[in-house]
Amino acid sequence: MQLQINGKAAFAYTAAHDIDPAKRTVAFVHGAGLDHSWWGLQSRYFGYHGFNVLAVDLPGHGRSAGPALATIGEMADWVKKFLDEKKIKSASVVGHSMGSLVALEFAARYPAIAERIALIGTAYPMKVGDAFLDAAQRNDQSAFDMETIWGHAPQVPLAGNPNPGMWMYGDTLARLARLAPGVLHTDLVACNGYGGGMEAAAKLKCPAQFILGARDMMTPPRGAEELMKAIGHSKAARVAISGHSLMAEAPDATLDALIAFLA
Amino acid sequence: MAGPKYPGFDTLALHAGQSVDPVTGARAVPIYQTTSYVFRDTAHAASLFNMERAGHVYSRISNPTVAVFEERMAALEGGVGAIATASGQAALHLAIATLMDAGSHVVASAALYGGSHNLLGYTMKRFGIDTTFVSPRNTDEFRKAIKPNTRLLFGETLGNPGLDVLDIPQVSEIAHAAGVPLLVDATFTTPWLMKPFELGADLLYHSATKFLGGHGIAIGGVLVDSGRFDWEKSGKFPQLTAPYAGFHNMDFEEESGTRAFLLRARREGLRDFGACMAPMTAFQLLQGIETLHLRMPRHVESTRKVVAFLSKNSSVERILYPENPDHPDHALAKKLLPRGCGAVFSFDIKGGREAGRKFIEALRVFSHLANVGDAKSLVIHPATTTHYRMSDEDLKKAGIGPGTVRLSIGLEDAEDLIQDLERALAVAVRVK
Repeated sequence: MQLQINGKAAFAYTAAHDIDPAKRTVAFVHGAGLDHSWWGLQSRYFGYHGFNVLAVDLPGHGRSAGPALATIGEMADWVKKFLDEKKIKSASVVGHSMGSLVALEFAARYPAIAERIALIGTAYPMKVGDAFLDAAQRNDQSAFDMETIWGHAPQVPLAGNPNPGMWMYGDTLARLARLAPGVLHTDLVACNGYGGGMEAAAKLKCPAQFILGARDMMTPPRGAEELMKAIGHSKAARVAISGHSLMAEAPDATLDALIAFLA
Repeated sequence: MAGPKYPGFDTLALHAGQSVDPVTGARAVPIYQTTSYVFRDTAHAASLFNMERAGHVYSRISNPTVAVFEERMAALEGGVGAIATASGQAALHLAIATLMDAGSHVVASAALYGGSHNLLGYTMKRFGIDTTFVSPRNTDEFRKAIKPNTRLLFGETLGNPGLDVLDIPQVSEIAHAAGVPLLVDATFTTPWLMKPFELGADLLYHSATKFLGGHGIAIGGVLVDSGRFDWEKSGKFPQLTAPYAGFHNMDFEEESGTRAFLLRARREGLRDFGACMAPMTAFQLLQGIETLHLRMPRHVESTRKVVAFLSKNSSVERILYPENPDHPDHALAKKLLPRGCGAVFSFDIKGGREAGRKFIEALRVFSHLANVGDAKSLVIHPATTTHYRMSDEDLKKAGIGPGTVRLSIGLEDAEDLIQDLERALAVAVRVK
């Protein structure tokens, strides 16, 4: 689905279904440097099981025009505008990594719209190391390498991919190679600079689900503990085999956790 | 601070793609000799068919043993993924059939394996896909041959049998300027000698029958995608960027981005054309890949010794090996193939066709057969075998003369190989 937000092209994958006002809606928000297709299996499932699906490409990512947005708050507002454009009054928001912060901030800013939020591969604060930020600022290949290697469990480069015939490292690197210069850095700065997590958690009224990879090197599960405590009423699912890229590394476990929470 | 590191080639060759079997703990890759897979329930079945869950349905589309081979090759080549096929030719056909319809056009190097030349020059033509063959040594010919309906540029990393070195950086630049991908046949180089994606190629395939297996016991192929070609931006591939009624009205690029090509190739190509790899074949090829990094240096080392011997032999008229300074692509080879130019090369015997025949028949260690890349040394006369359907003009374009002999240097003692060649050359000269 292609539309215009603030005069710029904005895209969301809808699993080949039109928006039906009678259906519940799930918005999927990707992580730093990625796009809607990162949700392939999960978004497709919900689109074919009675939900409106909007797996968005944030500005500057995938099919949405740039520039990339500088803060998590701006991203949350952009998701709201997307929903407004489609006249959607209520939606669950599922976010991965950077997208999880967007989901959290969205729910705090728009409590009347946020039905439920799922935070996948999250941590708060989501601090990014200087070496990673510096490399991303220089658009250096090493930034893509860090995102790829730290973005998966240690066993991933040598272990089998649940998706037959695919190599997760190669897929991540190919996605990052398509990014416009500076987009990854803008995303990482947004994650690093987001300071509203505890305030948002305190305001949160809707149900919240954490889905965490036990082998996550980028946002280790302990990094989500304070946020979970602050939200109080949240639930957590830990996926033993997965690193940060839960949708690719453990697609069924991630989908099952989402079905249990959203369906 | 040192950044994180990727596993090295040798480690990937031994491990990539395999999760140790959680039930048995089997260290070797199990051979899943099964056609199909029991669904957990009807909902699970429906989810697999509609691509909402990952997994296997039917072994023509995917199989756990074959998937290890595919992922390992993708890892070694640095691609997003791979599809194993029944042969190298099936891989080439799968690439073409996925990207093109009747009315499409290919620009291909004239220095191709005879089977590939047949497929493009004759067979695909019957289905409305035309090919213009150009000299791989004149990259401008690629540019000039491109038409509005061109959808692919194609060549071999090392041409068969003259070892023309494809200038991948230049040809890929020409392809990308025209909004089309570059596909290369990387059979002769393997990922140990060259990484075509790092040079600019978008797609590659291997006849895995050759060096990847190395044992000469299994026919197979593999098609690997770099995931770097932007089909949407090109605008020339509705096969990947428009809803396809033949598969749930799926827009493959929208659905999967970097995986669009492989998604259609698997879900349509393997489903409909059916040229899949058998699990036993995948297992056999994996045994070969595990020692690829050990075998290739030895192949190259022995080849250099044999080439050095032939260079000094008075019965030899011409040697086509890019490491030799007189090869037309010597400088390019030094740049693109720093680890060596492989173990297949050709030479011309003085005395033409008859001398060539006698030479081949006098060999004892070399096996006269239609294959390359075996652990055992091989020999063939291209003009009467692998390239026999080509016209004299096309043979000349491909650098093949009546006395051209192609050798594939194996892993035997190099001194035994040289002795065998020396004796056979003497026989050939006596006849003359």
